[in-house]
Amino acid sequence: MKRKILAFLLAVLVVTSSFLLVGCGQKDSEAQVYFLNFKPESAAVYEELAKKYEEEKGVKVKVVTAAANTYEQTLKSEIAKTDAPTIFQVNGPIGYNSWKDYCLDIKESKLYSYLTDKSLAIKDGDGVYAVPYVVEGYGIIYNNAIMDKYFALDSRQKKVNSVKEINSFETLKTVVEDMTKHKKQLDIEGVFASTSLSSGEDWRWQTHLLNVPLYYEYRDDEKQSDPTLALLDAKEISFKYADNFKNIFDLYTDNSVTKKTLLGSKSVADSMAEFALSKVAMVQNGNWAWSQISGVEGNTVKAEDVKMMPIYSGIKGEERQGICIGTENYLAINKNVSEEKRKASLEFLDWLFSSKTGKQYVTEKLGFITPFNTFSDTERPNDPLAGEIHRYLTDENTETVPWIFTAFPSETFKKETGSALLDYVQGAKDFKAVADTVKTKWKSERK
Amino acid sequence: MREVKRYFPIFVMPTLIAFLIAFVIPFLLGLFLSFTEFRTVSDAQFVGFSNYINIFSSDQTFLSSLGFTVAFALVSVVSINLFAFLLALLLTRNIFGTKLFRTVFFMPNLIGGIVLGYIWQLIINGVLYNYGYSITSDPKFGFWGLVVLMNWQMIGYMMIIYIAGLTNVRTDILEAAKVDGAGYFTTLFKVIIPSVVPSFTICLFLTITNSFKLFDQNLALTAGAPAGRTRMVALDIYETFYGSVGSEGIGQAKSVIFFLVVAAVSLTQLMLTRRKEVEN
Repeated sequence: MKRKILAFLLAVLVVTSSFLLVGCGQKDSEAQVYFLNFKPESAAVYEELAKKYEEEKGVKVKVVTAAANTYEQTLKSEIAKTDAPTIFQVNGPIGYNSWKDYCLDIKESKLYSYLTDKSLAIKDGDGVYAVPYVVEGYGIIYNNAIMDKYFALDSRQKKVNSVKEINSFETLKTVVEDMTKHKKQLDIEGVFASTSLSSGEDWRWQTHLLNVPLYYEYRDDEKQSDPTLALLDAKEISFKYADNFKNIFDLYTDNSVTKKTLLGSKSVADSMAEFALSKVAMVQNGNWAWSQISGVEGNTVKAEDVKMMPIYSGIKGEERQGICIGTENYLAINKNVSEEKRKASLEFLDWLFSSKTGKQYVTEKLGFITPFNTFSDTERPNDPLAGEIHRYLTDENTETVPWIFTAFPSETFKKETGSALLDYVQGAKDFKAVADTVKTKWKSERK
Repeated sequence: MREVKRYFPIFVMPTLIAFLIAFVIPFLLGLFLSFTEFRTVSDAQFVGFSNYINIFSSDQTFLSSLGFTVAFALVSVVSINLFAFLLALLLTRNIFGTKLFRTVFFMPNLIGGIVLGYIWQLIINGVLYNYGYSITSDPKFGFWGLVVLMNWQMIGYMMIIYIAGLTNVRTDILEAAKVDGAGYFTTLFKVIIPSVVPSFTICLFLTITNSFKLFDQNLALTAGAPAGRTRMVALDIYETFYGSVGSEGIGQAKSVIFFLVVAAVSLTQLMLTRRKEVEN
């Protein structure tokens, strides 16, 4: 009897497990669109969007979000599966290079036709392979309340008299160093937030800050019309503005809230918290940081006081420089999935960036400033930093610096640069070693 | 006997299939991929030995991280086994609360490596902050941090194995030693340790392989900072694989070499300690 019961139980187990397997299989194959999302902070919104889309159009959308810093890894394993992502993201020309065997030509798509500035898309020969969907900008974010307090002081220096007068490295340095002297009166612990250099938290310096001197290096090259393309072809770089990089980097660390030797343990979140709690007056970051600033518990900085200024480093002609605006988020369609799925994917993106519901989600919940003409001037996120981006985009007196770091050779290049910077602030190496690392790693990583 | 033979495939098949799918096939695939250039595992292109040559010519991170790993493995294998054995001796002496202590010492082993890494990073940074340093200031901090972390995690586990060995030492031999007038240390070195060599075999094997293959703890504690000077081989392989486009094959080749090194070291160790084992 016992054996019979056991046999029966086993049979039940076999049958149910096979049902489970079949069940799983069916669920997956139903999805026409598989979107591999890059932004973990937007995961919940995309899930909601997928549901909305299914309600409206009856097409199932599967959204998978890669954990922070693991997009390439996730994409690598997901795309090798039978049920591969139909929409994925590349981070620029370098990203496109590694995935070009998977990118569909979307020259004829509606999505591409919506693009205001067609030169933003990633092209190869005659084809268009990836389209940016969000424009972002970064610079030095400052707390205007503290700046006002500083300029109201009697004992301050008299050379620079308002934030508006800061238009070069020299004026910035004058103000910052004088503010450090008046730390007590201003009730701050340092002018700049921590220059976070712990592993994975150093992208503000090894990518964003390095963008500025390298942009000028290639702008000087008269033969090249597009610095990004020039940089993409560059087998070697001279890093001729290395000293300017040092200028601004030293200014950050010398006037920082944190001692140099402790910077190796700081994260971006730490820096943003310092700014949000008004412990510091300035921090280098981009408009995406607004959610971080406003999300810090007990934050004392008011939305109307959050402003952004360009990153000055003492390069000739920088008085007309604006903030750095560009994108590293490009959407591509996987060409190795069925025709039907490709079509469904493009339709989904079309809906997302042109339908009323889609656009509402994009501006309000995702908070994207998009490069598409389907969005009117009033349809943009209303956080203060997005406002600053808009101000610089429309300012005729300044010229924005494009994001050319999308042409940096590899993750390893950035990582090694970050490590060298850490060694530099900790005193293990001098700045020449940093400059050498940038040059030699560029050469060895650009194969 | 014939019955056994007839049913042999039925009994072995499930395990064999699982073993093939989860181990043999990925291993062979990995070996094959180390001779190719690939983005995803399905688009590999054969390139011969160039990945292997690359490791020793253009890329210097492998040898330096191997050096760091060997140094780390030496220190931590010795310290873990020493402390684990001493604790096991202590906790087999009928002290009050022995069972509680055994559980407490074993507990760190139940926490995942990433969590442990972050916990110890907080602790170590908390201490070093007072002196104006952080764990990334000097590779020495990272090295000893890893050793402490690994000890804290592994000692409890090894201790349990040693306790099992110690409680199985035959009492008649111990009594004979006592009757013959052997002191505590003579008994320890001439009777107890020779009888627990099988425990040493397994503990050494586990600590050596785990120290070599350490990854999560390394990633969470220092992630190789400063400048890759606390990067162990497993982390180096990972960073090579995902760090730049086109070096996936090199990462794969590194892991094949790494496998050979770990296999050689642990097999040698097994051979040496097995020889010392005595029949109980």
